[in-house]
Amino acid sequence: MMAYLTVHPIAVESLLAEVQGPERGGTCAFMGTVRNDDDVTSIEYSAYDEMAIAEIERLLAEAHQRWPEARVTLQHRLGTIPVGEASIAIVAAAPHRDAAFAACRYVIEEVKHRLPIWKKEMHADGTSTWVDPSGKPVARASRDR
Amino acid sequence: MPNVTVRFFARYAELTGCESTAVAVPPTATVSDVLARVRETVPGARSLPPRPLAAVNLRQVKLDARVSDGDEVALLPPLSGG
Repeated sequence: MMAYLTVHPIAVESLLAEVQGPERGGTCAFMGTVRNDDDVTSIEYSAYDEMAIAEIERLLAEAHQRWPEARVTLQHRLGTIPVGEASIAIVAAAPHRDAAFAACRYVIEEVKHRLPIWKKEMHADGTSTWVDPSGKPVARASRDR
Repeated sequence: MPNVTVRFFARYAELTGCESTAVAVPPTATVSDVLARVRETVPGARSLPPRPLAAVNLRQVKLDARVSDGDEVALLPPLSGG
């Protein structure tokens, strides 16, 4: 099985191989990629690794309970990720498309709410900003570490 | 007195200047008590928000959750995975 967390580029084909099978006719793949908002050149992802893995196991178990015929897995990349490259991929395969889409959607939403993972946007001028999805801007720090 | 490990991540690790510390708290202490103790003992921890997200032993908890000897308490900045 692939590790849930990696510092390497995500290999979607390998993830697909884990969930696809002859009885599962619908596969849904979601990828989140680093966007070039506000002269962002890359995002530095960090995690509380042990808790992130435990939380991923819990939310995949929940998805399995809700859609028992679906198989779902994911991989989240950490470290510095350039614009355009994937930070996360979620793949779900099920006998029919409805369950594949639903399971995939469930997992990405739970990931956003529950995984102890943080991103720091790196800007072209050398400054960086911690991302706070609650909307409050965090002071832009000078170039650091 | 129960001893707990407290871990800081991302922006909170920058504010406190460290990734973890250990504190001793009274037997019926909660995560809030741990946080108060951290503010007293770790320079920089006073800049932490009043009610940060917290986890005990890899699960998110409310600040009134009890802690026991040997627990790992984590203070989590706003989550931004995905």
